[in-house]
Amino acid sequence: MDQDENAMKFALLINEGPYQHQAIDSAYHFAKAALDKGHEIFRVFFYHDGVNNATNMAVPPQDDRNITQQWSELAKAHDLDLVVCIAAAQRRGILDENEAERQGKSCANLADGFRISGLGQLIEAGIIADRLITFGD
Amino acid sequence: MADVKKFMYVNRKAPYGTIYALESLEVVLIGAAFDQDVSLAFVDDGVYQLTKDQDTTGVGIKNFSKTYSALGDYEVSKIYVDQESLDERGLTLDDLQHLVWEDEDDDWAEKDSIRVLSRAEMADLFEEQDVVLSF
Repeated sequence: MDQDENAMKFALLINEGPYQHQAIDSAYHFAKAALDKGHEIFRVFFYHDGVNNATNMAVPPQDDRNITQQWSELAKAHDLDLVVCIAAAQRRGILDENEAERQGKSCANLADGFRISGLGQLIEAGIIADRLITFGD
Repeated sequence: MADVKKFMYVNRKAPYGTIYALESLEVVLIGAAFDQDVSLAFVDDGVYQLTKDQDTTGVGIKNFSKTYSALGDYEVSKIYVDQESLDERGLTLDDLQHLVWEDEDDDWAEKDSIRVLSRAEMADLFEEQDVVLSF
């Protein structure tokens, strides 16, 4: 699984939320498969309802996958850059500690391994990656 | 970042039934700062995004349609509309906003931004792109 000259640099764009839609699951399986084959995931960018994948307040049934936890663990294992769009996140109530404090909210809910940043991070990912792959409708 | 890539934003959804159109426009405006080769395509219900005289009073959602007329100021001047999508919805170019940009290399002459393409031409245009963002 060494990096070779055929290794590609991927960026993923996630446009749909958890459980409602399979996009995030497909992205997860893609990311794992790509990493297993020695490819690089430059960044995963969460947009539209995709930002809801980054909440640590969801409590899915124990006999089902925990999508957010899957990503937190994958990010930790592979040092992934999981970026949540700040504008989309604020609309939908996804806040890190700084934003929660700044907006006067009682708690932050951004899960481990995710960070909040701007849309420029998506454009930069499109420029730098060999392929930008969209998961959503 | 000397590389210039061809970015195409594909707008497929009606402006207000879902948030895709509004948030797509937000990406385009931010992306304009990156000096890439940017095109916008409007296909399927996406053609409704460009219609003029939009009135959202009844649905109580912010009318963001005037933002499209600012695209020229962001040097986004290549806006492609799918002819068949217009036809299928009984729309013509006259139903759309008149979007313009100023050509720096032609004494800031005001030029039309919208070009109507056949579906086959649109497909060729997609083929040329490095990055396609589909909303």
